[in-house]
Amino acid sequence: MSDHVQMSEEELRERTRALLDQVHPEETDSVTFRRAQYEHGLAWVHFPEGHGGLGLSPKMNVVVVDEISKHSKVVHHDPPASIIGIGMGAPVVLTYGTEEMKRDLLPRIFSGEDVWCQMFSEPGAGSDVAGLATRAVRDGDEWVVNGQKVWTTVAHLSKWGMLLARTDPDLPKHDGLSYFLCDMHAPGVEVRPLYQITGEAEFNEVFFTDVRIPHEHMLGKEGQGWQVGITTLMNERVAIGGGGSKKKGGGAVAQLVKLWQERPEGALSPAQEAILRDRVTQCWIESELLRVTSQRARAAQKAGNPGPEGSVSKLAQAEINKRLWETAIDVMGPTGLSFEAGYELRQGFNATNTAEELAKYQFLRSRANSIEGGTSEIMRNILGERVLGLPGEPRVDKGVPWKDVPRS
Amino acid sequence: MALDYSFTEEHDELRATVRSFLEEKSDENAVREHMASERGFDDAVWSQLAEQMGLAGLIIPEEHGGAGMGYVELLVVMEEMGRALLCAPFLGTAVFAANALLACAAERTQKELLASIAAGSTIASVAHAEPNRPWDLGGIQMRAESEGGGHRLTGTKSFVLDGHTADVLLVVARTDEGLGLFRVDGESAGLTRTALPELDLTRKLARLDFDGVAASAISEGDQTANLEKVVALTVAALAAEQVGGAQICLEMATEYAKTRLQFGRPIGSYQGIKHKCADMLVSVEFAKSAAYNACFAVAEEAEDFLETAALAKAFCSESYFHAAADNIQIHGGMGFTWEHPAHLYFKRAKASELLFGDGAHHREALAARIGL
Repeated sequence: MSDHVQMSEEELRERTRALLDQVHPEETDSVTFRRAQYEHGLAWVHFPEGHGGLGLSPKMNVVVVDEISKHSKVVHHDPPASIIGIGMGAPVVLTYGTEEMKRDLLPRIFSGEDVWCQMFSEPGAGSDVAGLATRAVRDGDEWVVNGQKVWTTVAHLSKWGMLLARTDPDLPKHDGLSYFLCDMHAPGVEVRPLYQITGEAEFNEVFFTDVRIPHEHMLGKEGQGWQVGITTLMNERVAIGGGGSKKKGGGAVAQLVKLWQERPEGALSPAQEAILRDRVTQCWIESELLRVTSQRARAAQKAGNPGPEGSVSKLAQAEINKRLWETAIDVMGPTGLSFEAGYELRQGFNATNTAEELAKYQFLRSRANSIEGGTSEIMRNILGERVLGLPGEPRVDKGVPWKDVPRS
Repeated sequence: MALDYSFTEEHDELRATVRSFLEEKSDENAVREHMASERGFDDAVWSQLAEQMGLAGLIIPEEHGGAGMGYVELLVVMEEMGRALLCAPFLGTAVFAANALLACAAERTQKELLASIAAGSTIASVAHAEPNRPWDLGGIQMRAESEGGGHRLTGTKSFVLDGHTADVLLVVARTDEGLGLFRVDGESAGLTRTALPELDLTRKLARLDFDGVAASAISEGDQTANLEKVVALTVAALAAEQVGGAQICLEMATEYAKTRLQFGRPIGSYQGIKHKCADMLVSVEFAKSAAYNACFAVAEEAEDFLETAALAKAFCSESYFHAAADNIQIHGGMGFTWEHPAHLYFKRAKASELLFGDGAHHREALAARIGL
């Protein structure tokens, strides 16, 4: 999509109004409307014509949403379960898929009819995801897959999964991987909820037992899986490390401040008052500096002079968020001993009604902040090596056939 | 109001000019020489800084002979001075005293003093702190007794920046109206000036004992609110100086970690060292955010400026200290020697943390302002 088609904003608005003349969001369900939106090239305008786009710059996507919301009280936004399909699935199909796949899969991703999931991480491959062990063995026109994936969001709702599997264990780890589209309803695919420390299951485990995938569902060439996977991850628009609140004193710290201000009188000793007040203030300061640092990063980006301020947010935010909720539960004192939401194992999220309940939930949930999307230890390696230019660790797995590398 | 935090080409040029000047005039040898002297700085360098570079009058308005620059320029200069560990009366005279005169003094006094401060010919210093509760304006006990047309001061001030060498002292003392600012000649009768034996030799402080010293009032009415602002302006600038020091500690530590070999490889390839450096980086970037936020708030006259200054002094103080301490640790035995400059930064870091109140002091002030 190097040469963007020239189309003025006004022409794009006109085209959007033409869509609304045919189908109106207030009178149609989301799937029907989004199918029509796709056919008009207004799904993702930076995609080519015929595949839900018009070959425009990605910046023009907001124009479509803006024009729709001008003329309709109802806006059929991206369905929450489709975020992975839209953000990662569609670009990878567009880059590596056949014409037939693009024609069949893309409209259903955008309409929300098909939910997609991503299957990279494994119990034995977390930070070192390229060391994954799920095997795909060629059998005629098919591949037979055995293994296990983990931390798979929306797998239980998915029609398609983006699967990274090992097709050649004799090559070094990055070279022996291939990328498949896996039908999640195929025999041998089993999805189980993965319950976390809150009692909820936001994620799943996926087990593969002799799952057969047709060869034409391989994206990219055999052994190219890592490159295709990187393309997928580049498109991942995860909000992790986005830099905190936009407003001074906003976001999580506002809830901590509220808990502090509403603490029962006389519940704390004078020493506890002094110490906890200082800890709350430190959380306030760190939250404010996270906000300012993100703003500095944006200013530097705009000036075309990005520096290290843009790289520190993921690590900083994870650590700050954990400290913040640890402080919150301490501020509550003995109230922190109870956990009203309970630990009944369930899929999806627990509802929390009060500031206290939310704080207790976040106290538990925030432990994942320094693990998901890159552990804090990996982030420190990245900052040390890529920003400060420190040398890497000696790699014991470099150039070694995957099968000879020790695994836990 | 959302602040912008962007530097212009002019700011970058200013930074480069000041850096190359200080690399020449304030290298490690110069710092070691001046820190060993009682006066504490080189008069010739100070004149050049004032006359050639226009830095002594950087924030003094043009009508008073200064450069008429703002706090964004000041933050750039302070960062560079902190980086070079410059030994000079800049913080005391060009920042604290200049701000005090601009905020509290009558125009006649401003006219008399600001131009000569800008020219580098007068070194002025504010004497506000007293040995007991030094960083709390409410703790000031010295009273100005009126006598004839003037006043007399008795009591003790301490931790006065360049107090033993300053030509003019701007003394904060109580009157019936509240706090007032008084002008005292540095060579006055009844004034005993004693240089403090210091942890940080690169910035001189003095104790001043007043025994009925003649003083002239240069402010009208209670100056408590103005002085609060002046102190905040001074700590915002000091925070920027701390950032410059923290940044070079990070650079020194990182450079050493790349070149020092143990067990056959650079120590920076070990996570024990690498992660320490990464944490320093995060902390220094946050310190920049804190100091820039405060200085841009001054430049753009943001309403929450007092908050931002307290936040900056609290965070930058601790960030600099940790960077200086980790710099010693990463340098190992070498970092503990007198010969290596790591201890100079370590001492400056701790002293600038304690000066004008440490992290806990400023967090307490911030907590009160934001209603915690």
